Amino acid sequence: MTKINLDRDIIDHCRELAESVAHPVLIYINRHSTVSIERSVLRLLGFQGAHEVEKGMPYPVCNLIVDKLGQDKLKMGVASVIASIKNRYPRWNQAKMAEKIIKGEVNFERLEILPPDKAQALLKPWIDTAVRHIDKMRYRKEDMRHKLGRGKKMGPLKYIIVATGNIYEDVKHAQSAAKQGADIIAVIRSTAQSLLDYVPHGATTEGFGGTFATQENFKIMREALDETSEELGRYIRLCNYSSGLCMSEIAVMGAEEGLDYLLNDAMYGILFRDINMKRTLIDQHFSRMVIARAGIGIQTGEDNYLTTADAFHNHHQVLASQFLNENLAKHAGLRDEQIGLGHAFEVDPMVEDSFLIELAMAQMVREIFPRCPIKYMPPTRHKQGDIFFSHVMDAMFNMVGSMTGQSIQLLGMATEANHNPYLQDRFWALKSANYIFSACRSLYDDVQFVPNGKVMRQARQVLDRTHRFLRKIDQQGLFESIEHGMFAEMPRAKDGGKGHDGIFEKARQYFNPFYDLFQGQGRR
Amino acid sequence: MARPNKKKSSRGRGRRPQSTQNQAERSSQNSQVAAAKEAPVKRKFAGKIRLYGDVENDGVVQISFTLPMPACDEARVAALQFAEKMNIQKASVLHMEAIDDDFSFFVVYGQCEAEVDLEQIEVPKLDHPQYGFHEINDMLGQKLDRKLVVLGACIGTDAHTVGIDAIFNMKGYLGDYGLERYSCFEAINLRAQVDVKDLADKIIEKQADVVLVSRVVTQRDSHIEEFKKLLAELSSRENVPAKLIKICGGPRMTHKEAIDIGYDAGFGPGTLPGQVASYIATEALQRFADQQD
Repeated sequence: MTKINLDRDIIDHCRELAESVAHPVLIYINRHSTVSIERSVLRLLGFQGAHEVEKGMPYPVCNLIVDKLGQDKLKMGVASVIASIKNRYPRWNQAKMAEKIIKGEVNFERLEILPPDKAQALLKPWIDTAVRHIDKMRYRKEDMRHKLGRGKKMGPLKYIIVATGNIYEDVKHAQSAAKQGADIIAVIRSTAQSLLDYVPHGATTEGFGGTFATQENFKIMREALDETSEELGRYIRLCNYSSGLCMSEIAVMGAEEGLDYLLNDAMYGILFRDINMKRTLIDQHFSRMVIARAGIGIQTGEDNYLTTADAFHNHHQVLASQFLNENLAKHAGLRDEQIGLGHAFEVDPMVEDSFLIELAMAQMVREIFPRCPIKYMPPTRHKQGDIFFSHVMDAMFNMVGSMTGQSIQLLGMATEANHNPYLQDRFWALKSANYIFSACRSLYDDVQFVPNGKVMRQARQVLDRTHRFLRKIDQQGLFESIEHGMFAEMPRAKDGGKGHDGIFEKARQYFNPFYDLFQGQGRR
Repeated sequence: MARPNKKKSSRGRGRRPQSTQNQAERSSQNSQVAAAKEAPVKRKFAGKIRLYGDVENDGVVQISFTLPMPACDEARVAALQFAEKMNIQKASVLHMEAIDDDFSFFVVYGQCEAEVDLEQIEVPKLDHPQYGFHEINDMLGQKLDRKLVVLGACIGTDAHTVGIDAIFNMKGYLGDYGLERYSCFEAINLRAQVDVKDLADKIIEKQADVVLVSRVVTQRDSHIEEFKKLLAELSSRENVPAKLIKICGGPRMTHKEAIDIGYDAGFGPGTLPGQVASYIATEALQRFADQQD
């Protein structure tokens, strides 16, 4: 339902501009690969486990292999190297092969370089196992969602974060939140995990401001939530982060463990974690291909721009970035229903009519991306120690969520900006959200806006500014625009940042079986 | 159609960009008012006080907490006993509710007998005079024959530049000009995620007079850790300017804490660039003016 009469022509032109901005980026992406992508190929091919290089720091086998091979060999694609080894030593399994490579006992001089089709045929059993497993997890998830459903549908899906640092403690919090009505559980990652160039291994019980994303932790949490889902007769979704220097590996882990959502946004890493823009955009593309196949929904991080830059003046950056993210996601094969664009409630509460401005922005995003499940983020920036006032802000935010028919509402915490949420903080948040979503259940259907009223004018103004902004980006190019600090007022150098040395150009005969297999997957 | 407020609706027309600008400014002033509420009260404190609920000296306190047990009669008694052990008298459970099968949430009221003697309280405060923008420029311009080098950074892995930007950016914050605007300063904002080692390098390279560091992320007191790291780094280096003025700031920072960990000054939330500039001017004149004469 359109309510604010946006100019469809401008929206269409914004999409064309996004396509034009994305085009050269995609060409660049397709010509390059990264160490993270090669490590995820290894993971998919069944290379598992980790070795303790330093005490208490298990380092994944995939990292050891990729480090050992070096970029010179990786240019062909790690799958090509693996196929060559398998060709010479057909009886080696993954563990044996990993051991031999890491110990340097493989004589690469004596290996025959195979053409891609031959390599493909040779690795077929391993490839099939990976794809079958991912598909199985996808169908399982879809069955559960179908069988259990959401229970009584009431407003947006309620998204709650847990972040104790200890996965077993997280499980308790998550199950408790689910019982109080949470629909989505997101396990916040340990601070700065995005800067680790490897994925930690095994179940973890210590983290900083969050819990490490490891495959074992994913499994523990998913199993616990499955149990709770059955108990409640309502499917509880699980969310984690596929971002940072291990973006594509975590996408593979999420696919293998049946996660429902992954936060996945290169722009976030570039702007807020100082990860090299080229590296993370290449990683993002492959990770989204995996995600598309696995039927996972992505969530993007535009909402974060408003936490550092002023929300009132910078909304056009958010919208422009949403257009770009939508385009890049579709090129990686994601369906609209899988693209959860980020949006946030961050206008200074002391601004007059701030509620109307929020309403306008939320409604605008809803209408411009009608089929995307928008991830609507709560106020954080203007929260301080007054938890009572913060609780009221969250209530206003929940109002806007139900008034504009949002799909995913990340519930705000009254104690935001003070500490990780306590059990009781989540309890208040859910109690209040349950009340508001129930009280305002049909509000979306009943509300119309006054033509040329403040809401419509605000939305129109932001769309116009977005249009101008995208034109400027189109003239400069995406990389250059980021360099000039056009997003979130955070300039980042094209070849600066972390992870730049992990990029390499693909050789002519580069081989990555999953690249072709997952191409255009999620799309109908 | 009803048009309740003609003045307002006309504001949006025609010159819209300007009107939104005004609006944002106005809002900033409002939040300034909110921030100013903490300002020192003129009245002289005296004597002993107790918590104030409804009438003087009633000592009323409200607390809320979670118990790791189901909501039941035993839980209610347990909650009262906790209150008692916290020295809260005449406690009553206003609200008990099950969070889930294993946890229950409480709101408890009671009276606290504790008294605090205000005569005993001492809080170190920055008592430098507040100067205006031009005043500072003139003052430092006359007494020093060079610009003061002021470095700023948000250190560690923290990506939040809001704090340091508010103080540095030319445009300033709440209508108060930032340090970059002052002709007496050579203000260099290194922005976010600056490693303390890099910052120390820069301080030495530039022979900085003042360094401002900010942390917005404060989980598990990580801001204090990072602030200390910088001091440790500086003390381990050579050629660090001896008279360097070290300032830290952030949403969880107070002047007292800053002094305790070894900084010269600390600024908390709601600080305006002018306040920092005034402090720098006062301190710089004390530290650097002599050598100039």
